[in-house]
Amino acid sequence: MIKLEKLSKIFETPNGGTVMAADKVSLEVPEGEICVLLGPSGCGKTTTLKMINGLIPKTSGKIHVAGRDTDTIDPVELRRSIGYVIQQIGLFPNMTIEDNICIVPDLLGWERSKARKRAAELLDLVNLDPSIFLKRFPKELSGGQQQRVGVIRALAADPPVLLMDEPFGAIDPINRAVIQDEFLKMQKELRKTIAFVSHDIDEAIKMADKIAIFKDGKLEQFSSPDDLLARPASDFIASFLGSDRTLKRLSLLKVSDVMLSGRVRVSAEEDVGKARDMMKEAGHKNIVMVGPRGRARGYLHLNDVVEATGTVEEHYQALPTTVNVDADLRTAVSQMFRHDTTWMACVDDDGFFKGFITQRAISHQLGATYRDTLAEDLT
Amino acid sequence: METLVFISQNLDLIFERTVQHMSIVFVAIGLAIVTGVPIGILITLNQKAADIVLYIAAIIITIPSIALFGLMIPVLSLIGQGVGYLPAVIAVLLYSQLPIIRNTYTAITNVDPALREAARGLGMTPIQRLRRVEIPLAIPVVMAGVRIAVVMNIGITAIATYIGAGGLGAFISRGISQSDPRQLITGALMVSLLAIASDYFLLWLQKRLTPASSSATAGGH
Amino acid sequence: MSRGILGADASDSMKTRAVFVIGIALGAALTVATQGYLGDIWRIYSEDIIYLTKQHIVLVLVSSGLAILVGLPAGILLSRDFMRRYSETLLQVFNIGTTIPTLAILALSITLLGIGFKPAIFGLWVATLLPIVRNVFQGLREVPAHLKEAAQGMGMTPLHILRSVELPNALYVMFAGIRTAVAVNVGTAPLAFLIGGGGLGELIFTGIDLNDMQMLLAGVIPVGLLSMLADYTLAKGQFWLIPRGVNPLRP
Repeated sequence: MIKLEKLSKIFETPNGGTVMAADKVSLEVPEGEICVLLGPSGCGKTTTLKMINGLIPKTSGKIHVAGRDTDTIDPVELRRSIGYVIQQIGLFPNMTIEDNICIVPDLLGWERSKARKRAAELLDLVNLDPSIFLKRFPKELSGGQQQRVGVIRALAADPPVLLMDEPFGAIDPINRAVIQDEFLKMQKELRKTIAFVSHDIDEAIKMADKIAIFKDGKLEQFSSPDDLLARPASDFIASFLGSDRTLKRLSLLKVSDVMLSGRVRVSAEEDVGKARDMMKEAGHKNIVMVGPRGRARGYLHLNDVVEATGTVEEHYQALPTTVNVDADLRTAVSQMFRHDTTWMACVDDDGFFKGFITQRAISHQLGATYRDTLAEDLT
Repeated sequence: METLVFISQNLDLIFERTVQHMSIVFVAIGLAIVTGVPIGILITLNQKAADIVLYIAAIIITIPSIALFGLMIPVLSLIGQGVGYLPAVIAVLLYSQLPIIRNTYTAITNVDPALREAARGLGMTPIQRLRRVEIPLAIPVVMAGVRIAVVMNIGITAIATYIGAGGLGAFISRGISQSDPRQLITGALMVSLLAIASDYFLLWLQKRLTPASSSATAGGH
Repeated sequence: MSRGILGADASDSMKTRAVFVIGIALGAALTVATQGYLGDIWRIYSEDIIYLTKQHIVLVLVSSGLAILVGLPAGILLSRDFMRRYSETLLQVFNIGTTIPTLAILALSITLLGIGFKPAIFGLWVATLLPIVRNVFQGLREVPAHLKEAAQGMGMTPLHILRSVELPNALYVMFAGIRTAVAVNVGTAPLAFLIGGGGLGELIFTGIDLNDMQMLLAGVIPVGLLSMLADYTLAKGQFWLIPRGVNPLRP
């Protein structure tokens, strides 16, 4: 959908020198994916983005948007077919929210009533009441509301491609997370092809299907977030991602990815001896006790019941905590540390016992990538 | 060329009238600083008083200078000073009030609340705070107001020649009445140069008085 | 400096109201207190006052109208990218230009055009033009770059960006410049008499020369009222003509 071929930009500096702002950048963003252009300031990510809609003229190379070579399209027409969101939002203070949203539809000559209807729909989409906000001026909106309007303004004419230049950079961290989540939810339905500039690794990991890391105008690595964190291609990337990059991977993985099956379980009225045998057989030190319909109720620890007799109900202990199967591993690990435990029972939304995770299983999962790499290197 | 000859032949007179011109401006603006700065400080205590004082100063400045001179003639005639030095000084004094009061007021109300808080935390009394924190920070902004007042009033003082106040405007008035372009151009050039030179000098002074760390707040007008 | 000496601020609408109220109150008080005196002036000078006021208004309207007509496009032109190389220098020239006293400008226009109505209009035009060009230029230059980038990025043409983004967002500063410039113009217009341009200055300067207080006031009062009226009208215009989203005076 967006395809860059050996895209280069050479700037001339005032003192007569030249700077290679983008150096033969080649990458492709497939339809419906978000590609985050990531890197320190001055690395060429913004230059690359702005060359796509021609705000910065390229020096050499090719750009294809939606299958068309952009050299063959009038830049003004091209820009009208690409949504554009900038960090400073850039809502026009002299226009109402409605007029701001309708800019591109009006430029494209949409019927007035159709454009206005679209503006109302889009406001609804980001939970801003059209009857309140359509006629307001930008200065009457909070920063977060302005940012939402900035995004829907870019979506107004339903362009297949969006360019976003640090779109959530100017908002406080709490609101940023909320807007990021909202945006991802919208994206699930809209399936736009998006190039997204960021300097924030956590944002990149959260938003991206693919991450392109830039340094000094060069594309250093182009891969999925997990792959990037697991296998940084250079020392620069490794240090840019941070020494805690393996921990960052936790937020990309779900509890269900490393959960061990919950088939081994006992119910309250069963005999302790049976539970003990099951633990020994499975090689577990603990076993979860479930209620009649399968909800996690408590557990037994092998050492506590070595000599015990009677039913499970007479000996069980309460579970210190449980974790939802859909939670990410970052949440799970944090919960484990908080309760000082090496394992946790996993439940679904209704509290039914699904399995359990252990610290060992998590570190094994994270380490698997590296073992694979090692194995590949050896063969 | 004729004008240059005229200038070289009349250097003494030009000097004398320049001094006369500037003495009106300096005396009046000196008085305006002495009155305007305290007023600007005082009105920071009361929003309503500030509004009223700033309105009046803004109204005064919209009155065309020759109308103000004209209005003063019958009033000051009562003490035998209808024309000459006194009405010129009073007019300049009045016109200078707005830029000086407004800039003082703005400068003091714009002092970073954190600084004020810190000064109070250090145990300064309100008077100490004013003297040691607020006034020093306000000086560059007040200077910007003084600069506006000086440049504006060099022009107004030129007009005051028509109420007998002398100064460089006399070259212009004589030049017109005697149809003498030499005097006309000399007067116009000298008044303009004086205004431009004062503007640059005061701008330089304003920058020197601005502590490097607070230059961002000292832009003024 | 760009917003000029009469620079409008948030309390401006109150100021204009105050000017108006005080003006009327003052006029009423004066009328009552000095009815006989002002009545005498009116009886003696009414014909002159009417004739010269008309002339005065023509001077102001023609010179400031021409200044706006020329100043707006000139300011717009200077703010365009292709002028960027010269704009700083030109701005310096304008700054120096606005420092030159208006009497000096009028005097210099005599040396160019002689005595009469035309040099008066020309002198007033120059004195009014410089602050207008400067503020139009600065207003346009102060429009945040990100607004222009957003507009361009959405596919607006340069002319459309100028019309729908730059001009509306520069309007407040531009209008402040026009207001300052017209105030300068109205303040200078009485001096036009000195170079043969007519207007109410005739009554004032002749009154001073002849030490005739009635004649003096016959000029001073209309000049004062005209200046207040002009400022009031422009303040109202500033309040109502500038769109709400970019007008700091309106909530």
